[in-house]
Amino acid sequence: MLIERQDSYNEEGRDQSRFSIRVLVSILVLLLLVLLLVGRMFTLQVGAHAHFTTLSENNRLRIEPIPPTRGLIYDRNGILLAENRPAYQLEVTVEQAGDLELLLERLSGLVDLSPAEIDRFRASVRQRRPFQPVLLKSGLDDETVARIAVARHELPGVEIEARPVRHYPHGADFAHVVGYVGRINEQDLRRLDTRNYAGTSHTGKTGVERHYEDVLHGTTGHKQVEVNAQGRVIRELSVVPPVPGQDLFLSIDAGLQRAARDALAPHDGAVVAIDPATGEVLALVSKPGFDPNPFVHGISHRDFSALQSDPHKPLFNRALSGQYPPGSTLKPIVALAGLEENVTTAERRMFATGYYQLPGYERRYRDWRRGGHGWVDMNRAIAVSSDVYFYDLGHKLGIDRMAPMLGAFGIGSRVGIDATGERPGILPSREWKRSVQNLQWFPGETLITAIGQGYMLTTPLQLADVTSTLANRGQRVQTRLVRAIRDGADGEPLAKPLRYPDPVIASDAHWDVIHQALIDAVHARHGTAWGSIGSTAPAYRIAGKTGTAQVFSLAPDQEYDESELDRRLWDHALFIGYAPADAPEIAVAVLAEHGGSGGRVAAPIARRVMDAYLTSLGLLAETEEQP
Amino acid sequence: MISVTGRELTPSQWILRSLRLDGTLLVLIGILLAIGLVVLFSATGESIEAMQRQLGRIGVGLVALLLVARVPVSTLRAWAPWLFLLALGMLVAVMQAGDIGKGARRWLDLGVIRFQPSEIMKLAMPLMVAWYLSLRNAPPRLLDLLVVSVLIVVPVLLVMRQPDLGTALLIGAAGLLVIFLAGLSWRWFLSLGLAIAAAVPLLWSQMHDYQRQRVLTLFNPESDPLGAGYHIIQSKIAIGSGGLYGKGWLNGTQSQLQFLPERSTDFVFAVYAEEFGFVGIAVLLVLYFLTVARGLWIAALAQDRFSRLVAGSISLTFAVYMVVNIGMVSGMLPVVGVPLPLVSYGGTSLVTLMVGFGILMAVHSQQRLVNR
Repeated sequence: MLIERQDSYNEEGRDQSRFSIRVLVSILVLLLLVLLLVGRMFTLQVGAHAHFTTLSENNRLRIEPIPPTRGLIYDRNGILLAENRPAYQLEVTVEQAGDLELLLERLSGLVDLSPAEIDRFRASVRQRRPFQPVLLKSGLDDETVARIAVARHELPGVEIEARPVRHYPHGADFAHVVGYVGRINEQDLRRLDTRNYAGTSHTGKTGVERHYEDVLHGTTGHKQVEVNAQGRVIRELSVVPPVPGQDLFLSIDAGLQRAARDALAPHDGAVVAIDPATGEVLALVSKPGFDPNPFVHGISHRDFSALQSDPHKPLFNRALSGQYPPGSTLKPIVALAGLEENVTTAERRMFATGYYQLPGYERRYRDWRRGGHGWVDMNRAIAVSSDVYFYDLGHKLGIDRMAPMLGAFGIGSRVGIDATGERPGILPSREWKRSVQNLQWFPGETLITAIGQGYMLTTPLQLADVTSTLANRGQRVQTRLVRAIRDGADGEPLAKPLRYPDPVIASDAHWDVIHQALIDAVHARHGTAWGSIGSTAPAYRIAGKTGTAQVFSLAPDQEYDESELDRRLWDHALFIGYAPADAPEIAVAVLAEHGGSGGRVAAPIARRVMDAYLTSLGLLAETEEQP
Repeated sequence: MISVTGRELTPSQWILRSLRLDGTLLVLIGILLAIGLVVLFSATGESIEAMQRQLGRIGVGLVALLLVARVPVSTLRAWAPWLFLLALGMLVAVMQAGDIGKGARRWLDLGVIRFQPSEIMKLAMPLMVAWYLSLRNAPPRLLDLLVVSVLIVVPVLLVMRQPDLGTALLIGAAGLLVIFLAGLSWRWFLSLGLAIAAAVPLLWSQMHDYQRQRVLTLFNPESDPLGAGYHIIQSKIAIGSGGLYGKGWLNGTQSQLQFLPERSTDFVFAVYAEEFGFVGIAVLLVLYFLTVARGLWIAALAQDRFSRLVAGSISLTFAVYMVVNIGMVSGMLPVVGVPLPLVSYGGTSLVTLMVGFGILMAVHSQQRLVNR
């Protein structure tokens, strides 16, 4: 016991002495470090004192960022879609302004300042670097510039700068493709590299402008300047020039874009045209559009709410974000699934009456045509768009064999286009319904899915992509808006490489069946687009499919009658097609909102787009173009 | 005169004794805090409001110091593992659901108060490691070393991921210093140093872009004058132009004309250097050195292993604070976001420091009680 205590006492003593040694060592190390710091301070404050005093007294070196010029955006033929124009903007250097409130009060007597502009200004003031001028208002007119110039002596810290500002010469025509730039806000700052945006006031907000922000923006340069005691620049000492942003060449054909816009009139809706060989989007129209230019300078609250409350929803990008039931346009895909799964053959015939009933159920699933289509095989069922044939095929296939084929064509997933706002649509399946609604799948839902109604939703862009896949007999190509990027104004545009997603696999014989049926839908006397296209004997052949998307659900025993319905409840008219049918150059998807019949309304729109494009390629004589 | 142990005590000695405070340490802390207020007044552009807020924090810190000083060391020791687990749990919670400020996830919002769990870890770490190593009355062996390494590495990585490099550094230092003071064989320390050197590439891959930028900028600040380099360039100009005697209080042009960023927080040393010069810095460094030395003195006189290790680690961590901050402001170390202790504007780190000094006071009074 005694020995034990003795031991622990000894151990305690040993520990204490060991600790003291360590403490001594730490004190010595600390002393060394402190001496090192003292030495460093001596070097800076005594040794290099004269050097730093000069830097400090010459009041003082200031680093100013030089924003790069934003890359331009052209169409595929070199037509300018987004340019930079000098515009006057009002900037305030807060450090020189003195009483900021007083200054703002004075300025609001000279310039029309909205509360939103003042709020934005205050937000930027909080985030600025010292002596960095903060943008208060852009897009000043000459008169305002003159007014401010006259009153300048009582406006310390206020500068009028002519800076290049984004301008969209074609206004509303490309707003949904190119997008627009706007003032950088706090949300943007979280996403952007603040160092590279030190002198930049605008950033891409939507569309290609947003998606290619990194490419378009460039790298900020800087200059070292000397300023006097009031902070005014006396001279520049050194400059690292900025690297301008790269130019984009879109795959859009500006002429075709306008032709598509005109063809769609008077309807609201969307037209998307793709070159099936390259995936390049030739036209992407969402009507109505809006003028993006006010957004660059900061749109007024009143104008913005007017756009937002417009019943035609001009800000809504129907082509990318609009999700609509595809209607009969995807019957060809269901037919292909039926062939590939050996559920049916092209030759099998059935007698299509005016309705279809599931065995053991009361409910009647009606055909769009009262009385039905009589005896139909697959070719005829697609051409006349028999609903009953596809109810039957859908029932035999089942949703579990239908959904994978639809998915292989890209339904339910984003095309992955290089712009913002694209939505994925919905590919309904057992799993989908369970995860979203927590409900089981009903057999009747398989039937309406087979005619493109029910839960299924697609965007016009997806439909164009599907059409392009049909034209390519299953080969898929990544759809894109930008075909080349040019480094610097004198460089060569560098083409973006093609990307191929997984193809749709089906046998050649089956593709032939579908292909011929799509031709017959347009050119055979019984085809749904015969009346509007086939009967006019066009100079080239079109493979296509009409469709109608229900806006308004009818009771099973009700009949759809346009004349009785409010126009806003009319069905959407759809058409997808590619031409020339045997060597496709263009794939088109048309959606005319509340247009009614796909054959009567949407098909001629697609026809005019195809005419315009094939004419521009020289495949069609000018005179062939329909009025 | 009041007699307690037969010796005569002056009234001030009596007050200190009944509050269980060490007068010398208290005076040093007081001087440093006073210097801080004087510099902050200048650095914040003579803002009365900032003064009031800082005084409020000092008040809170002093109360915390007084309260902790009264806690017996044995209680601290009993709490150590629980405090550590609590801090660790909160760090994990911050990873999951913390509030984001300035792009980093550091804050935990408990409805009533919002705080940084990493600050608690700054104290929980030395307490925990000291608790563990004091279970063994001998220099740490390999197994101890492994256990303690895990205790240190896990919280440090969590804090690094927030990301908060400065605090991670201080927490890691607090743990390592305990091992060092516990008498870990020099051989092991050398290997540990080598291991850390080997871990640098791993660390690099864990860092966020802005942290890497700060390290790279250290070696060549002029390469990035718009971003990270701007801080260092401007603070070197501020320090260098201060000269031997400084430009005088409220006369520092670099800071008064707002060239110097973060001049009231992490870069407050540059303001001090500009206005009070080399002489002022010498005085400040001596004060810091004396504070650390006093803390180590208390540690060396402590009666048990746990007290020794905790007091020693807290004192030396304080030194690390000071050296890293001054090193980074003068361009010798990367800008990692460590404040100048007791001087920089800001609440959380000040209160943690004061609680740390409270623990030193507790160790000090325990030693005196035992002596008596």
